[in-house]
Amino acid sequence: MLQSIYRWLDQRLYISKLFASTAGHHVPADSGSWYYVFGSATLLCFIIQIVTGTLLAFVYVPSTNDAWNSLQYLNHTQYLGWYLRALHNWGSNFMVALMTLHMVQVFLFGAYKYPRELTWMSGVILLIATLAMAFTGQVMRFDEDAYWGLGIGASITGRVPLIGDRLVHLLLGGPIIAGETLSRFFTLHVFIIPGLILAFVSVHLRLVLTKGISEYPVPGRPVDKRTYDAYYDKLLHTEGVPFVPNAIGKDLIFAGLVIVAILACSAVFGPAGPSGTPDPTRVDAYPRPDFYFLSVFAALALLPGWMETLVLFVAPGLMLAFLFALPLISGTGERSPRRRPVAVLSVITIFLVLGVLSYLGQTAPWSPKMNAWSGIPIATKFLKGRTPLEMRGAVVFQNKQCRNCHSLGDTGGMRGPALDQVAMRQTYDQLVRQVIQGGGNMPAYGKNLSPAEVNGLIAFLETLHPPGQARARDSAAPPYPDRVGGEGKP
Amino acid sequence: MTEHDESAPSPSRRSLLFKFGAAFNVVAGTLLAIPVVGYVFSAFAHRKMQPSAWIPLGPVDQFPAGQTRLAVYRTPFTRPWDGATSDIPCWVRHVDAGQFQVFAINCTHLGCPVRWFQESKLFMCPCHGGAFYADGSRASGPPPRALFEYSYKVENNQLLIKGGILPTLAEPLS
Repeated sequence: MLQSIYRWLDQRLYISKLFASTAGHHVPADSGSWYYVFGSATLLCFIIQIVTGTLLAFVYVPSTNDAWNSLQYLNHTQYLGWYLRALHNWGSNFMVALMTLHMVQVFLFGAYKYPRELTWMSGVILLIATLAMAFTGQVMRFDEDAYWGLGIGASITGRVPLIGDRLVHLLLGGPIIAGETLSRFFTLHVFIIPGLILAFVSVHLRLVLTKGISEYPVPGRPVDKRTYDAYYDKLLHTEGVPFVPNAIGKDLIFAGLVIVAILACSAVFGPAGPSGTPDPTRVDAYPRPDFYFLSVFAALALLPGWMETLVLFVAPGLMLAFLFALPLISGTGERSPRRRPVAVLSVITIFLVLGVLSYLGQTAPWSPKMNAWSGIPIATKFLKGRTPLEMRGAVVFQNKQCRNCHSLGDTGGMRGPALDQVAMRQTYDQLVRQVIQGGGNMPAYGKNLSPAEVNGLIAFLETLHPPGQARARDSAAPPYPDRVGGEGKP
Repeated sequence: MTEHDESAPSPSRRSLLFKFGAAFNVVAGTLLAIPVVGYVFSAFAHRKMQPSAWIPLGPVDQFPAGQTRLAVYRTPFTRPWDGATSDIPCWVRHVDAGQFQVFAINCTHLGCPVRWFQESKLFMCPCHGGAFYADGSRASGPPPRALFEYSYKVENNQLLIKGGILPTLAEPLS
C-alpha cells in the first residue's frame, strides 16, 4: 500500500532521482569524519533560529514604545515564552560558535582550495550575514544595551567621510534613534538578512553537490589543478559512498547533541535580558555589547585615536578582501595542516588576539568605576596611624572620585595605575605636578582643588608605599627641610 | 513549456518579440526601481537636515549658576509610537550670569551617555573611559574632540536649545 503510494508520487515528482542527485550523492568515504560535522550543525542551528524566531514574532512588537514590554510579556506571561526566547538566544550562540568551528576546520584542512573556491567565498558571505544577524538580533532585544549599541553604530557610521551624516540618517531611519530605527532593524533581522542567508546557503549547498565535499587531507598529496578533478572523480568511483545513509551518521549524532545542548543551556541559563528600559534619560546606563562584539568594543577602547577610523573602515575591508581572495591566493598545493605551519599559526594567533580582546572587553579595565568613590571605602590599613593632614588627603582622594580610575588595595577603577605604591614611583614634586596638570591620559585637577586639598592629597599619596621601603626622591635636589615626619624623610 | 509548434511564426519575429519584451521590462523595471530606491534612500533625497527647532528646556531658575544639571527635552521630530526614545537628555551648565553651555549626552568617541561628576567636575563616559572637563573640553581617553554643544538662547526666562538630531562627528550640533 505505502509502496504503491510512493511509486505513484515518484512517477510524478521523480523523488528517487532527486534523492540520488542530492542527499544520496557520493562522497569520499573518509569525509564521514567527526571533523566534517560542523557545517551541517550550523545549518541545523539556522533552521532552529527560523522556527523559534518566527514563533517569537507571534508576540514581539517591533515598536520602540512596546518592544521592551512585549519582551517582558514573553518572559513572564506568555506560556513558555521565556523558553522560546532562551532557545533563540542559545541557538544564535551555538550558530556563531559552530560556524566558526566549521570555518576553522575548512581553513585548516585546505578544503577551500581548487576547485572549491566559490564554496569558500559563499561561506564568507554567510559569515558576514550571520554576524549581521547577531548584531541586529541584539537590537531586537530592545533594552538600554540595544539603544546605546545603536548610538555606537550611528557614531561609527558618522565617521564615514563626506556622506557620514546621510548614512547615519539612513541607518537610523531619521535624525535620532526612534521608532523607525527599530522597524528598520526588525526588517533587516527578519526579512532581508535571513533571505540573503537562504539564498547563499542554497549556493553553498549547490556547490557541495557540483564540486563535492573535500576528501580527508593527506600530507604529501598536494592539490594540482591539472590532475585534481580526475583524481577526485576516480576517488568517488572507487571509494565513494552515498552521503545518505553511509556518511551522515556522525552528522546525525552531532546534530542530536547540538539540539540537546541548546535545550539544556536554555533551560539552565534562560533567556538573555532584556536589561534596563531603552530610556535615553537614564544616564546611568552601562552599555555593553553581546559576546561576539566584545573584541571590537575592546579594540575601540585601546586603539590610539589616529588609528580608529583606519581600523573601523579600512581594516574590515582588507580582512574581507583577504578572506575572499584566499582561495585565489593559495588555491593549490598542500592541504594537510601538518604541512601548513603558517595556516596553523595564523589560526592560533587570530584566536589568541580575539580571546584576549574579548576578555578585556568583558572586564573593561579602561572604564571608570562610576560608583567607586561613593561605594567602596578605603581599606583601614591605608588609614591607620596617619596624621590629620594625611587623613584629610584620604577624604579628598575619596571625594574627588580619584578611585573611579585608580585602585587602592585592589578595589576601585583600573583606568589609571593602581596607587598602592605610588610614593615609590613618583617624588613629591612629580605627584603635585601630575595632580594639578594631569597628563598621560589623566585630567588636570588644578582648577578643582584648593591648595589645602592638594597638600592633604599629596601627603596621603606619600604614605602609599610598602612598610620599610623608601619613597621616591629627587636625587639631584636637596631633601625637603620644611617637611617632617614619616620614614625615608630627612 | 518547451513544446515546438510547427506553425509558429518565423524565428526573426520570435527574436524581435524577445528583444522587445526584454527591453520593455528593463524600462518598466527602472520605473519600478525609482520609487523603491527613493523610498529606501530618502535620507539622501532630503536637503541637509540641520537641527532647526528651538526646544524649551524649562525656566532658567531650574539651573543655578555654577552648576551642571541634567535636563530632558522631547524631540520635535517624534512619532506616536516612539515612546521614551523621543525624550533626549542633555547637560545644562550655567556658567554664571545667564551664560550657559548645553552639552549633548553623547560622548564624542562613540555616542555613549556621559555622566557628570560634580565633585571632580568631570564628565565620564562608561564605555571606553573618555573624560571631559566642566566646559566640555576633552580631558582624557579616546574622544577625538570636546562634547557636542547645543546652541541656546534665553527667552521669557525660558532656556531654549536648537536640537533634534543625534550628534555625531559627521553632524555635530553646531
